[in-house]
Amino acid sequence: MLKLWNQKKTEAEAQRGKQRVQPSKIRLQKDLGELERDDNTDIVFDNVEDQTRFTVVYRPPAELYVGGEFRFSFEVSDSYPHEPPKVLCLQKIYHPNIDTMGHVCLNILREDWNPVLNIQAVIFGLQMLFMAPTPDDPLNVDAAQNMHDDLALFKRNIATSMRGGTINDTTYDYVLADQQNEARGRQQRH
Amino acid sequence: MALPITRDTGISRYLQLDAPHVKDFELVNDQNETPSDLLRKAKVLVIGAGGLGCEILKNLAMSGFNDIHVIDMDTIDISNLNRQFLFRKDDVGKPKAEVAAAFIKRRSPQVNITPHFKRIQEMSEDFYLSFTLIVCGLDSIEARRWINALICGLVEERGFEGFKPIVDGGTEGLRGNARVILPTVNACLDCGLDLYGKKTAYPICTIANTPRLPEHCIEWASVLEWPRVFPDKKLDGDSPDDINWVVEKASARAAEFNIGQISYSLAQGVVKNIIPAIASTNAIVAAVCTNEALKIVTTCNPLLDNYMFYSGLEGAYMFSFPYERNPDCLVCGKKEGALTLPATSTLEELITALKESPVFQLKAPTLTLGEAKLYFQNPRELEALTRPNLAKSIGSLFDSGSILTVTDPTLTTSLSVVVTFTPAKQ
Repeated sequence: MLKLWNQKKTEAEAQRGKQRVQPSKIRLQKDLGELERDDNTDIVFDNVEDQTRFTVVYRPPAELYVGGEFRFSFEVSDSYPHEPPKVLCLQKIYHPNIDTMGHVCLNILREDWNPVLNIQAVIFGLQMLFMAPTPDDPLNVDAAQNMHDDLALFKRNIATSMRGGTINDTTYDYVLADQQNEARGRQQRH
Repeated sequence: MALPITRDTGISRYLQLDAPHVKDFELVNDQNETPSDLLRKAKVLVIGAGGLGCEILKNLAMSGFNDIHVIDMDTIDISNLNRQFLFRKDDVGKPKAEVAAAFIKRRSPQVNITPHFKRIQEMSEDFYLSFTLIVCGLDSIEARRWINALICGLVEERGFEGFKPIVDGGTEGLRGNARVILPTVNACLDCGLDLYGKKTAYPICTIANTPRLPEHCIEWASVLEWPRVFPDKKLDGDSPDDINWVVEKASARAAEFNIGQISYSLAQGVVKNIIPAIASTNAIVAAVCTNEALKIVTTCNPLLDNYMFYSGLEGAYMFSFPYERNPDCLVCGKKEGALTLPATSTLEELITALKESPVFQLKAPTLTLGEAKLYFQNPRELEALTRPNLAKSIGSLFDSGSILTVTDPTLTTSLSVVVTFTPAKQ
């Protein structure tokens, strides 16, 4: 044993005390500390002591979903970044790539996840879904079909759904970025 | 006169051979202990009492180890019995660690074997410090990373006293690997994290709309349908009722899309992400692990340096090579720096020093001390929360000699910075 240890040349570094942190947490510290400032996106922690669970709130500045405020829960496990964060949409929204249970069809959250990707990449991916929804990979088949067949109807449906309206027997959550929604967001958090 | 035959007669004869490395050993052993003495004294921890663990425990006991601890949080499932040979049908539902230990004790009463029916995270640092070495037969990357981070930390904290070699085995069907980790001396587990393959995942839109494989239907039932139908209940891969529900739903969907049959074992395999295990691959890998453990404690022969790969996929192929340390490793990376400042400096002054010092040249450092947040550049909520610390003196935030974990856009991973206080001016 001593011989094995003697292979080690620099003994000095072994002298100090260090508080151990799981590698997933160090990586998360890096990801969070280097997030880009963006007025349209907020990161809200359920409990600031626990960095591994947070909500990303996104207000699309343009395109189809402008005026809405969309919330996604993020959960980062000890396997991070070997495994992707778990992401769910907290609201029932009308979107071709997000189903009414909150599942998100974003390749980097599942089959194309790679440890070089980070939280910022996932946030970019989510923002992209609101800028350019794709009817080709549908999770909400109804919405995808509308988008494919009749873009004007699709836009009207988005507007209706964001006000909490009903489309084809499905009632969506009120997601407009105003006080009413803010109050709901607070409720979700507590 | 013939010597009495004992449990370690065979191994003692081997260890008494006049081999060149045994002589090396005598040079470094100042207490006149023979390799056999060291083997008897060694205290070894086996993590995992599953497919690999059963083999490892049997091999250790048969090789003359006297003091063995085994830890496993699992209970025995009927599907384990084909290869986890320390368990019998009557044992189903009992803790693996306890049943395995009892079996070894029956077979080799001289061995002191202590079971722990616990999660590795529940054990104290002192528990881990009490061992000579650790042998892992795990099926989870998360558990491997946890023990690796702990053991690498112990070395940095305590030097030789905290130095616990880890022998890690893993198998996947006809392939397997074994490695010897000498913490902070050679590559640790996190250095080679990218060697592990990705978990199979299917695009969620394929699962939802265009299934082509039986697996797509199973994922549809378990990932999409289950939370919809049972919003408050987690799917339990070990519950026959739950899996049967998945099989039923998935079969209906498979029929609808003209996809093949869904069996119970396929459904459970997909839900639990079961990696197929073959008994003899476990035996091969466990044998390599145990021989390395024997060599580590007795120094009778040189060790595996440091990664062995076995493949039985096409013929039988075995290869070993030295996996190199990753200088940017999150766990054992050597990126370290030191900073000396008066205790009265503010945290902001410390950050300025990190940015302006020619050694560091950081751009926007985020600082933590253990689990405590000192300063986060982003996101807004954490920045606002930690901003008051900027004006505080570093002496009020931590002690001299503390090691801060620093991340920064200019760094690939992280940097450990030791902050020492200069004596206050009179």
